[in-house]
Amino acid sequence: MPQTASIAHSKPAERRNVSSWLERQARFVFIAPALIALLLLVIFPIAYTIWMSLHNWQLSSVAQPRFIGLDNFWKLLTNDSRFLGATGRTLLFTLMATSVQLVLGVAMALLFNRQFLGRGFWRALAILPMVTTPVAIALIFVMMMHPTLGVLNYLLQVVGLPPSLWIYSERTVMLTLVMVDTWQWTPLIMLIVLAGLASMPDEPFEAARIDGASRVQVFFYITLPLLRPSIVVAALFRIIDAIKTFDIIFVMTSGGPGYASETINLYLFNTAFSYFDMGYASAIVVIFFTMIMVLAVLTIRVRRVEWQ
Amino acid sequence: MAVTTTYRSRTIKTKRLLSAAGIYALVLLAMTPTLFIFFWMVSLSLKVQVENTAYPPVFIPSQPTLNNYRLLGNQFVEYVFNSVIIATGATVLGMVLGAPASFGMVRWRYQRLALVVLVARIIPAISFLVPWFILFRRMGLLDTYTALILSHLVVGLPIIIWMLLAFFEDVPMELQDAALIDGCSIYGVFWRVALPLTRPGLAATAILSFIFSWNNFLFSVILAGRTTRPLPVAVFSLLTYEEINWGPLAGAAFLITLPVLIITLFMQRHIVTGLSFGAVKG
Repeated sequence: MPQTASIAHSKPAERRNVSSWLERQARFVFIAPALIALLLLVIFPIAYTIWMSLHNWQLSSVAQPRFIGLDNFWKLLTNDSRFLGATGRTLLFTLMATSVQLVLGVAMALLFNRQFLGRGFWRALAILPMVTTPVAIALIFVMMMHPTLGVLNYLLQVVGLPPSLWIYSERTVMLTLVMVDTWQWTPLIMLIVLAGLASMPDEPFEAARIDGASRVQVFFYITLPLLRPSIVVAALFRIIDAIKTFDIIFVMTSGGPGYASETINLYLFNTAFSYFDMGYASAIVVIFFTMIMVLAVLTIRVRRVEWQ
Repeated sequence: MAVTTTYRSRTIKTKRLLSAAGIYALVLLAMTPTLFIFFWMVSLSLKVQVENTAYPPVFIPSQPTLNNYRLLGNQFVEYVFNSVIIATGATVLGMVLGAPASFGMVRWRYQRLALVVLVARIIPAISFLVPWFILFRRMGLLDTYTALILSHLVVGLPIIIWMLLAFFEDVPMELQDAALIDGCSIYGVFWRVALPLTRPGLAATAILSFIFSWNNFLFSVILAGRTTRPLPVAVFSLLTYEEINWGPLAGAAFLITLPVLIITLFMQRHIVTGLSFGAVKG
């Protein structure tokens, strides 16, 4: 390696007791294995998917993949009402889930930011939904939502509300899924906002107190503006995850009744693993992926601003 | 901190008590949905079939039984075993690859690489699944632990690297440099200084990676088969075939959840960092 020799010559004093090649290349030795693993597991699939998306490839038939250019994309974007519906539902689900969770999450953070007995214990309980196996949660909710024997309808009846069909009706299924997602992910918003609250300066609050500001004023004119960065980050992270929601929808409804809860993720899954139409599924992946990368770039922008 | 203002103002004792009671009431209200779901899970799993399908529903089992768990059968042990192997494999591999990488990124300030890791976490998992499925099928790796461990690694590795960044950042540079001057190689610094100092962080990271793998459904439902089926997929298939047989189903759901719940309750402080992955720094 002539290159290493030149480095050694140009910086002879930097590392006196370094003798081996291994030591000079340490930064690569440390980082390369993980990076190579990530590249193989992430970049290769992406490249392969792009290639597949340009082909007609039915895994169920013996025919070889046939190059068809952008036909898959053309069909997806202009002539596939099922995809259009799925996209709409994905956006609707993401928007509803994120906004409800933001409001509840900020409220919970404000509550848990107060001092009370056993706060640590309660906070540990509060984050349990996030770590619980989604399949298990989904199953319990399915059992609770049984139209005639379910406990949820019983509870509605107790408080004097009419029973709901939950996941069994086209009209309520999306709202119900939003509810389950909210049950599981509101704590995440709470955690992020709590971290924001913990790092807040004292001075503005002191000043407001001296000036005689009311609690409501303090909240809207000081707390909320200071929390803005945390809330933006929380919203972005939640949006990126909500858009990918799969487990609970797959287990609870598999996209039904009809296509009433079929999001892009579900449609993609069905195209690939029920119809084995790999070319078309790959085209959906590419579009879905692009959507999320736009969000990712946005997130990184926000993060970078926060880092500086 | 904002709230201390309420406490600083000298109020009468009763008023303070009342507000404490108010806060407690709000906390209980906020926690009711969470607690009720877990309560119901346990309740369903301990009730006999007649009580599970009774209406109005029976809340406290009148004759609690473990029979539902017994009904899950010996096969369930096999699924637990599969889950443990896959989650352990993915976690060990992830830690071996991720810890040095994370240390390197902190040591040599590769902020951009850290962002690449963040992007790897953001990409929807399902976009890997189609190419992997085809590849693993061609290589005859469907329904093997290898395929499952590798796929779970993709979820775990970015989280491991990202979480450890925060912990390695807390290892004082002076300490590392002192070790270097004393004749330690950079590998020695990593092994004898950085790793011992971040032991709690390493434990929390490994645990979280284990939990993510344990909970994973999407990859397993496609890549696992009869011999490697992990818990979430196994439990899901229970729903498909025995739809109204709620006792065993709830029992299975509770058994998957239990280890995760216990770990989280005991390690919540460490786990919080990883859960708010990338959103809260350190």
